[in-house]
Amino acid sequence: MIGFLKKIYAKHDNVKAYSLLSPALILVILAMIVPMALMLSFSMFTQVSMMEIDYTFTFQRYIDFFQKKLLVTLLIKSIKISFLVTLITLITAYPVCYYIAFYVKKNKMLWLVLLTLPFWTSYLLRVFSWKIILGTKGVINSSLINAGILSEPLTFLMYSETAVVITLTHAWAAFALLPLYVSLEKIDFSFIEAGRDLGLSRFEVFWKITFPLSLPGVIGAILIIFIPTVGDYVTPALLGGTDGRMLSNMIQAYFGKINNIPLGAASATIMLTTVVLITIIVSNVTKKLTQRLT
Amino acid sequence: MNNSFIQINNISKHFADVKAVDDVSFEIKEGEFFSLLGPSGCGKTTLLRLLAGFEYPTSGNLLIDGTDITALPPDKRPTNMVFQNYAIFPHLNVEKNIQFGLRKLGLSNDEIGKRVKEVLSLVKLEGYEERFSNQLSGGQRQRVALARALVRQPKVLLLDEPLGALDKKLRDEMQLELRTLQKNIGITFVFVTHDQQEAISMSDRVAVMNDGKIQQLSAPNELYKNPKNIFVSDFIGETNFLKAETKSSDGEFINVSIEKLGVFKIKNNLNIATNSSDVVCSVRPESMMISKVKSDWDICLDAKISQTSYLGEMTRFYVETKGIEQLITVSSQHFDNQSFENNKCFISISLEDISLLNKK
Repeated sequence: MIGFLKKIYAKHDNVKAYSLLSPALILVILAMIVPMALMLSFSMFTQVSMMEIDYTFTFQRYIDFFQKKLLVTLLIKSIKISFLVTLITLITAYPVCYYIAFYVKKNKMLWLVLLTLPFWTSYLLRVFSWKIILGTKGVINSSLINAGILSEPLTFLMYSETAVVITLTHAWAAFALLPLYVSLEKIDFSFIEAGRDLGLSRFEVFWKITFPLSLPGVIGAILIIFIPTVGDYVTPALLGGTDGRMLSNMIQAYFGKINNIPLGAASATIMLTTVVLITIIVSNVTKKLTQRLT
Repeated sequence: MNNSFIQINNISKHFADVKAVDDVSFEIKEGEFFSLLGPSGCGKTTLLRLLAGFEYPTSGNLLIDGTDITALPPDKRPTNMVFQNYAIFPHLNVEKNIQFGLRKLGLSNDEIGKRVKEVLSLVKLEGYEERFSNQLSGGQRQRVALARALVRQPKVLLLDEPLGALDKKLRDEMQLELRTLQKNIGITFVFVTHDQQEAISMSDRVAVMNDGKIQQLSAPNELYKNPKNIFVSDFIGETNFLKAETKSSDGEFINVSIEKLGVFKIKNNLNIATNSSDVVCSVRPESMMISKVKSDWDICLDAKISQTSYLGEMTRFYVETKGIEQLITVSSQHFDNQSFENNKCFISISLEDISLLNKK
C-alpha cells in the first residue's frame, strides 16, 4: 500500500502537492466555499412568508436591491465610511511609521509593540471604550462642559458617522502600521541622501523618492483596512445610531428581525462583488506603479 | 590651477564620545584626483560625508572654491556623490535617474536632453535609457551613478568606495576608465577607498587616515617609498619590520642597532631621536634579494626557506634567519623546486632600502 503511494508520489508531483494542501483545502471548502455557495443560491430564492421560502431561481432579489433606495444609499455610505477610515488611518499612521523607520535608532521593535499594544484587547471592548469617550456624558463632553468651554454636549460625537469613522480608524490602525513600517524600513537611507545630493529639498525628496518607494506598504495598508471595514457591523451597530448605519447592519437585519434571507443574501453578494471590484481596480492600478519596487 | 580649491580647516566630527574625524586640515587642488585611504572606521567616509553635507562638523570649516560651505545643506553644495551602493532610484529608469538632478537647475528641455545624451555617451551607456536598476549589472549601475552625479557638472565629485562591489577584473577596468574620465573632464575627484592598490594606482595624491587623523598626505610613490610612520608603512604594500634601537647620530646618518643583525649606519630622513628604543626598521620584500650564493651587498644573511608560494609573475618566500622568525621576500627570478639545497639560501639587503620609523 505504502509502496504504491510512494510510486504515485514519485511520478506525479501534483498529487504530492494536493495531499500536502488537503488539510487547508478541506477547511477552505467547508468554511468558505460551502457558505458562499449557500449564500449565492439563497440570493436567488424568494421569501414568501415568515417561515416559507420559494426555491425557484430568480434574479428578482438583485433587482429589488437596486430598486430600494435605502440599500443603494447604505452601500455607498459603507464605501464612503471605509474610504474615510482608510484615508485617516494612512494620514495618521504614515508619519509614525516614518519616524520609527528613520529616526528611532534603538528598540524599534519596542516602539512597534507599544503602538500595537491596545490591539491585544478585544475589539468589542475597544468599541465600548469609545462609547465612554465619545458619549454625551463621556470623557470629551464632560471635560469640555466642566471646563466651561461648552454648555451643551456635542451630539455629533456619538451615534453618528463621525463616531463610526473614529472608532474604526483606531481599531484598524495597527494593521496599517505594520505594512507601512515594513515598506519604509526597507528604503535604503542612501536613496534619500542621493535625492538631497541631487539638489532636492527635504519636502521634494519625500514626494519624489520616499513616498513612491513606500507605495507597496501604502497599498497593502489600503487593502487591509478597506476590505474588512466595508463589512464591519459591530461598530456601526453600537456607535452609529441612525446616521452611522452601514449596509452590513441592514444585511444582519434581513437575516434577523426583517427575516428576508434571500434579499439579505443578495445584498451580501452585491457588497462582496463591489469590494472585490474595488480591490481589483486598486491593485491593478498600483501594480503598474510599484512593479519596480518589490 | 587653484592649489587650495577645497580647504579643510581644523575639521572635527564627534559622534557621542567617538572622534570620527579629529582636527584635520589639508587642501585639495583643483582638477586633482585625490584619495582618502584607510582601514574601516578610520574616518575617511565621515570626512567625505562632511564634504557632501550629510554630516555637519563638530568644529572647523570647509571651503570649496573660496566659498564657505560648512553650514550649507547638501542640495546647496557644488558637490555630487557616487554612493557605495550606487543608490540608483529603483522606481525610475536610467534616463529619469540621470535627469533627476537636473530638474532644479532651471534648464530648458532641449538642454536637459542634450546633457543626458552627452553624459550617457561619456559613461558608454547609450541605449540603456529605458532600463531600470534591476535590469542592470553592477558595472552598469556604477556607470549610471557616475552619470547621474556628473550630469550636474559639479565642482567636486565625491566617490564613496564606488568599486567595492565589483569583481576584480571589472574593478581594474573601471579604475583605468575612471582615471581617464577624470583627466578628460577635469573635475576634482575625492575618492574614498580602503584598497591601497586602488588609491595608489589612480590618485594624484593620497591622504592615509587612521583614528580620525591624517597619517600621511603625499603622492602615491612617496607613500610607498618614504612612509612617515609605521602605520603607513604597514598599510601601504607589504613590509618586514625589524626590531631596532638608535645609537649616536652624525647629522644625516644615524647608527642603528638592528636586533640580531648588528649596528648599521642608516639615513635619518625623519629626524628620529638618538638612543631611542621606540623605533623600528622596515624593509620591503621586493628590495631584498634571495640567492643561492653569497652576495657582496651591505647585509648578507644565511637563511632557511620555511615556505614558498608561487604567484605566477613572481614567487614569495618565507624565510627564517638568525633567530628572526619570518622575513618575506619576493623574487621574479625563476627558481625550480631543486634550486635551493636543503632550503638553504642567502638574503641580501642594501642599507638604503632600510627605512627607520618611529613606533608611534
